[in-house]
Amino acid sequence: MLTIDKQNENHFLLIHVSGEADASSSIHLDKAIRDAMDEGMPQILIDCTNLNYISSAGLGVFMSYIEEINQKSISFIIFGLSEKVLKVFGILGLDQLLTIKKDKEEAIETLNAV
Amino acid sequence: MRLSLVLAVLLWLIVILIDVLQLLAIRSDLDLGIRAEIPRLIEALFYVFIVIYYRFKISNVESGNFVDLLWRVFATGLVTTIISLIFRLFYSSIDGTALANNEFLITALYDINKALISVFLISTFTVWKRLILYQKSKRLVFYWNTFEAGLMLSILFNLTGYNLQSHLWFQILFVALGGMSIVLSGNLKWVAYLNFKQKWKSILLILLIIIYIFYFFSYLYTPPEESLAFLQDIDSLFLIVLFTFLTFYSIFSLLVILFNLPTSSVFEQKMEEAINFQRLSQSIQQGENEDEIFDVLLTSSMSAVYADAGWIEINSHDKESKFIAKHISREKINQVKEHTHRAKSRTVMKNPFSSDKDSERVLITLKKSTYRSVFIVPITVKSNVVGFMYLLNEVTDGFNKEMINIINTFASQASVSVENFRLMGEAIENERYKEELNIAKSVQRALLPEQLDHNDAFQIHAFTEAAAEVGGDYYDTFKLSDTKFAIVIGDVSGKGTSAAFHMSQMKGIFQSLVQLDLSPKEFLIHANTALSKCLERTSFITLTYYIIDTEKREIEYARAGHCPTLYYDKQKKEADFFQNKGLGLGIMRNDSYKNFIEVNKISFNKEDILVLYTDGISEATNSEKDEFGFERMKSLLEKNAHYDPVMIQKVFISKLYEFCERKDLDDDYTIVVIKFK
Repeated sequence: MLTIDKQNENHFLLIHVSGEADASSSIHLDKAIRDAMDEGMPQILIDCTNLNYISSAGLGVFMSYIEEINQKSISFIIFGLSEKVLKVFGILGLDQLLTIKKDKEEAIETLNAV
Repeated sequence: MRLSLVLAVLLWLIVILIDVLQLLAIRSDLDLGIRAEIPRLIEALFYVFIVIYYRFKISNVESGNFVDLLWRVFATGLVTTIISLIFRLFYSSIDGTALANNEFLITALYDINKALISVFLISTFTVWKRLILYQKSKRLVFYWNTFEAGLMLSILFNLTGYNLQSHLWFQILFVALGGMSIVLSGNLKWVAYLNFKQKWKSILLILLIIIYIFYFFSYLYTPPEESLAFLQDIDSLFLIVLFTFLTFYSIFSLLVILFNLPTSSVFEQKMEEAINFQRLSQSIQQGENEDEIFDVLLTSSMSAVYADAGWIEINSHDKESKFIAKHISREKINQVKEHTHRAKSRTVMKNPFSSDKDSERVLITLKKSTYRSVFIVPITVKSNVVGFMYLLNEVTDGFNKEMINIINTFASQASVSVENFRLMGEAIENERYKEELNIAKSVQRALLPEQLDHNDAFQIHAFTEAAAEVGGDYYDTFKLSDTKFAIVIGDVSGKGTSAAFHMSQMKGIFQSLVQLDLSPKEFLIHANTALSKCLERTSFITLTYYIIDTEKREIEYARAGHCPTLYYDKQKKEADFFQNKGLGLGIMRNDSYKNFIEVNKISFNKEDILVLYTDGISEATNSEKDEFGFERMKSLLEKNAHYDPVMIQKVFISKLYEFCERKDLDDDYTIVVIKFK
């Protein structure tokens, strides 16, 4: 089960992702990010504090936006990854391509620094 | 069977002979010394053999062919009567001559006649038995057997020489057996199974059989006219009981058939309904299609309610409605439909299981149409209304409650049949997919190497299992030279069929690139370029590429986002994971990919162990959602490092199953163990 919750804060969009992102539920994650992209959101924060598990399909969703993020110069920041999930990102090498921060404060700091 | 007939005939000849001899003896005042019981005994034996003969003969007739059985009785009776009449004719022709008073002739002819009559009686008895025992119950069989046993014993009773008129015992037994025969005559279930025509035939045959019985009775027992007695001495309990039983049963059957005649058409109709119902439920087994099921439904429904015309209309979303019509043209159908829409007199019967308006049955009375009553029944499949059946009758109120019930049963049975038909189609389709998947499985199995390339410097062993029929795990080896080997392990994102396709692409890429003898980094860059063009946007492949040089005793490797390799150092007696940077194939689909690849080189020593695996092992979880994890793998390798690769693999997999408490893991899992010498 994966729950997606969108929240507009000041100047950025916050997407809360909680539960397990497996092959079937990742579709919802993809839709949430796709919608945000299509709306032309310049700053997107993904809150993964309650994300317990991510499968390769879930990673595939994040991966597929890397190019678009770079092209459109969108600030796309993931934060709150659990140790287990962070490790999965690390093994695959996604941590080198995505901005991953420890928590919301750090993420917002990064946003403001830009 | 034949033997008993021959014996019976022989016995009767003996009886005639004895009778004639005795007559001769009386004439000449001689005592032959033959006791009175002997001819009676032979007569009794004759009856027994005839009973045996008919028992076999009649049992050969097909059960349920009642008219045929009655016809046999009639034919036997006819033959007997004709012979008897010929004798009489012969007798009257010689009337007045000396021959007519010849006692020998009279005796012989009487004996022959009596034999024929008893044959007729016994054959009729056997047929009646068949009729009574049609649709038998345990109680009936018991009752019948008692009666039959009593009757057989009565043959022996003849030996006493008692007669009806003067012996009380004879009278008591006669009343007892006669009473039983009346009770048994109440079993006339077979009559119900005759159709109208058969009933008429049976009436005729039974009537003639009754006439025979009376004629034979009078022949045997009516005294000559000059006699004062009402009846001649009745000396055979067996024959008189037979006469009683046969007469009662014949009369009972006759009356019952007669009274059943007017209702037989209703019964036939019911039978036809039952047969139609069976046809509906069986139609799918005979490989018929849906149209044929609807056709059977329409035909059976129309005949069940005496409808003058009718049609079935099957609606489908994408195509035009389909019509199956009987005795009505398309033009007329449209007319009637229009009339029904406008008709005011309509009775709606709600479907108790559905509130949908479509699933209501409607009874409509039309005024200005050839057809005065219309009954509309919805046809539902899987609780969806797929069409309607219209039944038309030229008279008003042409459908009664009974008919409506039958139609409902028919319609629901047809729905079940169609449902089953569709389910069967789906099942066949599924079976085909399964078959296809099995083929895919064996094809994929063949993509993984059976023999792993290696030389004397190391041992190698691999094990893989897919969560579904096919999976996305991949490993392969290639001999670059006598001392140089390329080894690869990979995992395609996702699982199942799509992963399997990508895995086979990976195999192709590996097999083409490996021959170029590239460095691990070059290999990964080329593989990434190739895969970027064929993987869909959200898919990627993780891979680790190793080149083992047994001459230099070195391993060069590069990791493309794959799980870190587990390595056991014999000298340190420690296992650890290779820590190096990397990025999965297909993630970065441009030239910058090379910036994310790191190449590492280590030298190996004797009895060092290299464990390659996929995340199906490291990320396998138990019921508490704990992962099998790196730490567990590390200590497992350290504890079992003294084993050979096969044993190490077995320990890993058995510990994995133990940890997960099951064998059907959610992901594909692969382990390759290399041990250096």
